[in-house]
Amino acid sequence: MTTEKVDYTRIGLKVGLEVHQQLETATKLFCACRPELFKEEPQITFLRRLRPTQSELGQIDPAAYFEFQKGVKILYEANTQTACLVEMDEEPPHPLNMEAVEIALTAALMMNATPVDEIHVMRKTVIDGSNTTGFQRTCVIALNGTIKVDEKTVPIQHVSLEEDAARKTGEEDTLIRYRIDRLGIPLIEIATAPVIKTPKEAGEVALAIGKILRATGRVKRGLGTIRQDLNISIICGALTEIKGVQELELIPLVVEYEVQRQLNLIKISEELAKAGIRPENLKEEFFDVTEVFQQTKCKVIQKAINKNQKVLALKLPKFKGFLKRELMPNIRLGTEMADRAKFWGRVGGIFHTDELPAYGITAQEVEALRKAVRVQEQDAVVFVADTMENATDALKAVLERAREAIKGVPEETRAANPDGTTRYMRPRPGAARMYPETDIPPIQITQKHLEKIRTHLPELPEQKLKRLMHEYALNQKLAKQLMNSEHAELFETIVKESKVSPTTVAAFLTETLKALKRDGIQTEKISQNQIRELFKALATGEIAKEALQDIAAWLSKHEGKTPKEAAESLGLKTLSKEELEKIVEEIITQNKDLVKKSGVKAFGPIMGMVMREVRGRANAELVGELIKKKLAEKV
Amino acid sequence: MSAEKFSGYKGEVLEVVRRVDVEIGDLIRITKGGQVFEGILIPRSEYGDDKHIVIKLRSGYNIGVRLTPDAKVEKVGKGEKPAFVAPPLPEQNPALPKVSIISTGGTIASRVDYRTGAVRPALTASDLYSVVPELADIARIDAQILFSLYSENITPAHWTKMAKTVAEKIEEGVDGVVIAHGTDTMGYSAAALSFALQNLPVPVVFVGSQRSADRPSSDAATNLTGAVLAAAKAPFAEVAVAMHATVSDKAIAVHRGTRVRKCHTSRRDAFKTINAQPIAKIEENHIVMLTDDYKKRDPSQKLTVKPNFSEEVALIKFYPGMNPAVIDWYVDNGYKAIVLEGTGLGHVANSLFQPIKRAVDNGVLVAMASQCIWGRVNMSVYDTGRDLLALGVIPLEDMLAETATVKLIWIFGQTSNAEEAKKLLKTNIAGEFSERSIYGEEETSKP
Ligand SMILES: [Zn+2]
Repeated sequence: MTTEKVDYTRIGLKVGLEVHQQLETATKLFCACRPELFKEEPQITFLRRLRPTQSELGQIDPAAYFEFQKGVKILYEANTQTACLVEMDEEPPHPLNMEAVEIALTAALMMNATPVDEIHVMRKTVIDGSNTTGFQRTCVIALNGTIKVDEKTVPIQHVSLEEDAARKTGEEDTLIRYRIDRLGIPLIEIATAPVIKTPKEAGEVALAIGKILRATGRVKRGLGTIRQDLNISIICGALTEIKGVQELELIPLVVEYEVQRQLNLIKISEELAKAGIRPENLKEEFFDVTEVFQQTKCKVIQKAINKNQKVLALKLPKFKGFLKRELMPNIRLGTEMADRAKFWGRVGGIFHTDELPAYGITAQEVEALRKAVRVQEQDAVVFVADTMENATDALKAVLERAREAIKGVPEETRAANPDGTTRYMRPRPGAARMYPETDIPPIQITQKHLEKIRTHLPELPEQKLKRLMHEYALNQKLAKQLMNSEHAELFETIVKESKVSPTTVAAFLTETLKALKRDGIQTEKISQNQIRELFKALATGEIAKEALQDIAAWLSKHEGKTPKEAAESLGLKTLSKEELEKIVEEIITQNKDLVKKSGVKAFGPIMGMVMREVRGRANAELVGELIKKKLAEKV
Repeated sequence: MSAEKFSGYKGEVLEVVRRVDVEIGDLIRITKGGQVFEGILIPRSEYGDDKHIVIKLRSGYNIGVRLTPDAKVEKVGKGEKPAFVAPPLPEQNPALPKVSIISTGGTIASRVDYRTGAVRPALTASDLYSVVPELADIARIDAQILFSLYSENITPAHWTKMAKTVAEKIEEGVDGVVIAHGTDTMGYSAAALSFALQNLPVPVVFVGSQRSADRPSSDAATNLTGAVLAAAKAPFAEVAVAMHATVSDKAIAVHRGTRVRKCHTSRRDAFKTINAQPIAKIEENHIVMLTDDYKKRDPSQKLTVKPNFSEEVALIKFYPGMNPAVIDWYVDNGYKAIVLEGTGLGHVANSLFQPIKRAVDNGVLVAMASQCIWGRVNMSVYDTGRDLLALGVIPLEDMLAETATVKLIWIFGQTSNAEEAKKLLKTNIAGEFSERSIYGEEETSKP
């Protein structure tokens, strides 16, 4: 999609980031279970309902209460390895995992944050079922930090520690499935102030935070172990909270799209205002238009009518054309209405006149529908086929969204899609519903403990970069690539134990592995041990530098095998000097005319021929030396 | 309330808090070491030290700030007391049965003050309706708070008050009574009322919660609706306990008051009927009776109240190497009955024979239950059992040791005549024991 250049300063873009990263600990945050996931069938299942708790003000979170009234039930899945009674909410939590506290303090100090004197664990109400308790346990570890991103100082509002949530494994009607293996895995949360001004910067800040976390050496790796939430707002827009961006590369795009979406929504509201439509002009009046579709060819509607359900319609005056207006790639105002209808009405989707005739609905049916709802030329009609109750809830939600469209951008919480667009998740929760976790005593952080952590603080990424360049004479590009590759530690180990040239090792760990990956080789399957052995073999001359790539590719397919076995299997064992001399001799003899004619200048072509013959089995320098010697003898 | 004003603060910190004239809920600012912490003053746990002030930051998080000599504490603003606006009450349907809810402690419904973190019980009828609105579809309820006690602090004197209060409600013509109770000793209280309230015309149902009522996952509301339903509509007229049947929010098991025991420290399904099946099960708002052997609901039945108890009864658990003098102590201190929780079929070491004989000779009633929990005592199989029988120890069949103890506490509230007491002990008054041991799988273990 082509986008006009947006002047982010002019529109007042403000982005805040929350980075959540799983920690690498021996046990979970509040019990001694293994912080791992399982793939097998669950050994244990149990059914629960979550009831929204009333606050002292007599308030209940409307979205939560709605879900409860709909009779939403949650089926939890577990096995005995990864969950105990604590995750099942059948036993009080055990004391806070101090290993996790220590990692969080380490990260906090690396970000110049001030650790709190006393940690208080809180309960943050979360009622979608992702926490068996109905709340997420979370605590602030440190406040007011800063990180440097290029030349800019980005304030870190807080560093917290919290339990990861259960993961959703399915949803059928009013039954939601969650697996509780992930519940309780320690997560560190880093929240920046909303000072980020461009999409690109958002990506850079997230990257910088990720690097610091990785520098602790005690965070989990791989997809799903890090998740980013974004708060995005622009002038005249609204604060949108976007949850669960898993890929770092996606962040700038998510910001771009959200800006686009808000700008488009603002434009729509201006046009609707110009057309003279006001929120109160939209009437909560639903028309039963089941009659219109008695003979329809539309499968969805047919199926609903066969089940004795209804087709219910809502008139949106002056909305014609607006529902098909694109807000982000493939997301139209109509899509946003459909998202709401799905959430509040539990319907499969909605139909609207901006996209009809289509889906088997004929022009005649559309005409009959327009007549039944008594609309004017400039009006749009939205309709739903479902039970009376669901259809009514769905259209109420559509109506609400339409009224918001007149006003501008609604405040909402959205979930990130894999392509960078977002979808409606729920209304933004009111005042943070947090109250103390009384089952866990507060934990005091002593100066002594802090001092100990401070003296063992890992290097910051930029310090490490400088050191790598200085200590190993790497150029800046290679050193940077190494830092981004997550292999910096392995690099240092290999250089120390094998005495291979640092540049060779670094180039292999970055460029070679990347090239292999591009060719479809699963490089992550090569173990660190195999890589270390590979360079040991290189150092002793058992294999040639030229064979590294082929051997690595072979190792990725042979778990637990050694580079020596790889070389044997591939016929890449280094040739002895005698064997090599014989080959050189043979090739020179075969080309004696050339040698006679060109003399020492025959070196180039001869070298090429020999190398083709011995590829991967000999060191090129040695080959060159031998050819030179032999040529000198002949000439 | 001044206690609440500084709740939990003591020593040095309390002095500072007083000096700055702030109370819980006020906005304060603490400046120290170049850092500024601003937030709402939060109550401190009673077990916290006197060196930290707890504040709630704007983000909603609480932190403890250590009061160092350089720390400056200021009041920034006055907190606003939350004004509770009760949601409109549901309409009372006059066709529905009347149920009386009596609270003794153990909150079955509560509200959270998210501002200060305080959790307050919701105990009046309108509170209950607003927190658990489904109740309005089951019964017309009235509610009263009898005590607010942790259940471990409940004594036989409280059982007397409970029995009398329930009797009053039944006299008023309610269709059932629900007693909210802390779970730790709920089984004992249920047994006590089973003996104290005889010829019940309507059900009396105890209920509690294993997970605090402030949390969305609490079992409290489900248990409460189950208990109210049983009180309103169940066909039995006995004292019972209604709690989760499994770890799922699916079925409520209704246990006979003399047969129920708390068998797990924390699980929702901690309560089990021992040596029998629960009398009923409630699922999807339907009551299914699991036995034919129960006393039928009959509003014309005239209730007999026998609310007196004697505290001169002991429960002694035998263990290897136990000092026999323990028994002497009870005898010398005027106890009227001792329940021994023996091993296996009902045994204790022969080192205890002498003090047991002395107890019996002194007119103390000595009875034997088993620490196996499940199964029946039989003292005719081994020599030890036969010897104990010969000493005058009374076997308690398949009665729970706890129920036997409560029963004797009640018996000696009725009589001080040893022979009459013995006769009462052997009479099945409230289904506390049975002649037959039926083979049965643990009721409902699948969640
Ligand atoms: Zn666990």
